[in-house]
Amino acid sequence: MLQASSPLVVLSGAGIFRSGRWLIRDVDLSLQSNEIVTLIGPNGSGKSTTAKMALGLLKPDEGQAIQRDGLTVGYVPQSVTIDWSMPLSVTRFLSLTSKPRREALDEAMARTGVTHLAKAEVRTLSGGEFQRVLLARAIARKPDLLVLDEPVQGVDYSGEIALYDLISEVRDELRCAVLLISHDLHVVMAATDRVLCLNGHVCCEGSPTNVIESAAYRELFGSRAAGTLAVYRHDHDHVHHADGRVCHSDEACDDPHHGPVPAGGSVGDAG
Amino acid sequence: MLDDFFSRALVAGISVALVTGPLGCVVVWRGLSYFGDTLAHAALLGVALGLLLNVHLTVAIIAVAVVMSLSLLALQRRGGLPSDALLGLLSHASLAIGLVVLASMTWVRVDLMGFLFGDILSVSRIDIIFIFVGGGAVLGLLAYIWTPLLAATVNRDLAAAEGLAPDPVSIAFTLMLATVIAISIKIIGVLLITALLIIPAATARFFARTPEQMAGLAAAIGVISVIAGLHGSLAFDTPSGPSIVVAGLVLFLIGLVALMLFSPQRRRRTAAALQSQGLNEVNTNARGPS
Repeated sequence: MLQASSPLVVLSGAGIFRSGRWLIRDVDLSLQSNEIVTLIGPNGSGKSTTAKMALGLLKPDEGQAIQRDGLTVGYVPQSVTIDWSMPLSVTRFLSLTSKPRREALDEAMARTGVTHLAKAEVRTLSGGEFQRVLLARAIARKPDLLVLDEPVQGVDYSGEIALYDLISEVRDELRCAVLLISHDLHVVMAATDRVLCLNGHVCCEGSPTNVIESAAYRELFGSRAAGTLAVYRHDHDHVHHADGRVCHSDEACDDPHHGPVPAGGSVGDAG
Repeated sequence: MLDDFFSRALVAGISVALVTGPLGCVVVWRGLSYFGDTLAHAALLGVALGLLLNVHLTVAIIAVAVVMSLSLLALQRRGGLPSDALLGLLSHASLAIGLVVLASMTWVRVDLMGFLFGDILSVSRIDIIFIFVGGGAVLGLLAYIWTPLLAATVNRDLAAAEGLAPDPVSIAFTLMLATVIAISIKIIGVLLITALLIIPAATARFFARTPEQMAGLAAAIGVISVIAGLHGSLAFDTPSGPSIVVAGLVLFLIGLVALMLFSPQRRRRTAAALQSQGLNEVNTNARGPS
């Protein structure tokens, strides 16, 4: 059995070299049980590459990546396409890599809100629906390590918050480690314990609030961006409307396209 | 019962179809039709080399298929040409070399048409034993690696991350494909073997709801094609391979028409048409994909 103290995955000085350049180097990262780590960074900053090293899909060209033996992994890759030639229902897709018990499948589908799609063919699903199905598949395995590469892409705004809530619930229940890649540079879910900000290397690292305030983060994304790093919370100082707008208690509404409620008190810090 | 040539051909053909059905589904899902075709063409080179070096033909064909697969991987790694061009190069080069070698061996009398299109007259008891052993091994292995193979077919990274070793099963699959091609040559011939992999799978796709159903259905459709094709071959004195493929095509067309007539969309359209004529009591059970 897993010991709570030792890490599930350790990357030390890990880097990947492809076609004459380093995609990412010098990553030091250890994932503990019951911990949510979020990777943020611009396109091509090495987020997915880092996740793939942690999963053992890519062997580091320098440094090392060590996974604990016998780890149960649940993985939501960034892009999965199902060829039309394969008849695959949602239920069958959920037991693609292992055969979880029927109750585990039902529970996972209920939690991600895809129970009504159980018999649907996977290739007929919308992007958001498929994303939920991918997440259901990963959590039905009851993983020790959950790796989510942009799990909320294509999911609408209120669904996004619900999925982030679900991810932290799953973490609390399974006490698994969660490695999450954020699709949005400026968004980190509230339950995140640590944020790694990447740009070919680890720029800065720490709690969400520390990262917003770090000089490296501002340098990378500009001082204006620093003001908008937001943390998804669910602390009821706002209301979700059906149209996706979020209204604060003082009646001010966020435009859904500009994302969530800024937190960390850093709005206006931007110089 | 295996005394007359036709029973031997029937037993051999049915056994082959039971294996090519499920295997063909995986070929279709993975987009390996042209790869299968290349291995089949290379099989003629295997026949030529087997006769030249006095090696058992099945062994020679499998060996050449393995060399072809490795060459393809090496050429793909090197880059420069797209995969379909590389496959075309390997496929036709090996077929041509095979034909040249066969023609130059003046001391061996070879029934070239038999190798190209199948020859039920030539199926021996030894061939049937090879089909049972080889086909049984392939089916058993396919069942054994089914879960990782299916997962790797859907998404390689997903399978690998969740501990299913996708690369070994993909290599095993290539070897299984080579084995099936080697044991099917006498029944269907190198030029048409891919059809026995693809057509039953394509027909099964019309009606299957799960990958497993599709595999089982493809095997059944393949068996019917073989039985019908071999009887046709006997009745009309046509080569066995093309006759089986024509029978398979007829089943495909029947499936296509059945689907067009009875699909949920069609039923819904019919129901809508009836409704517009005032027949509202017609019960529309048609629930199409939303």
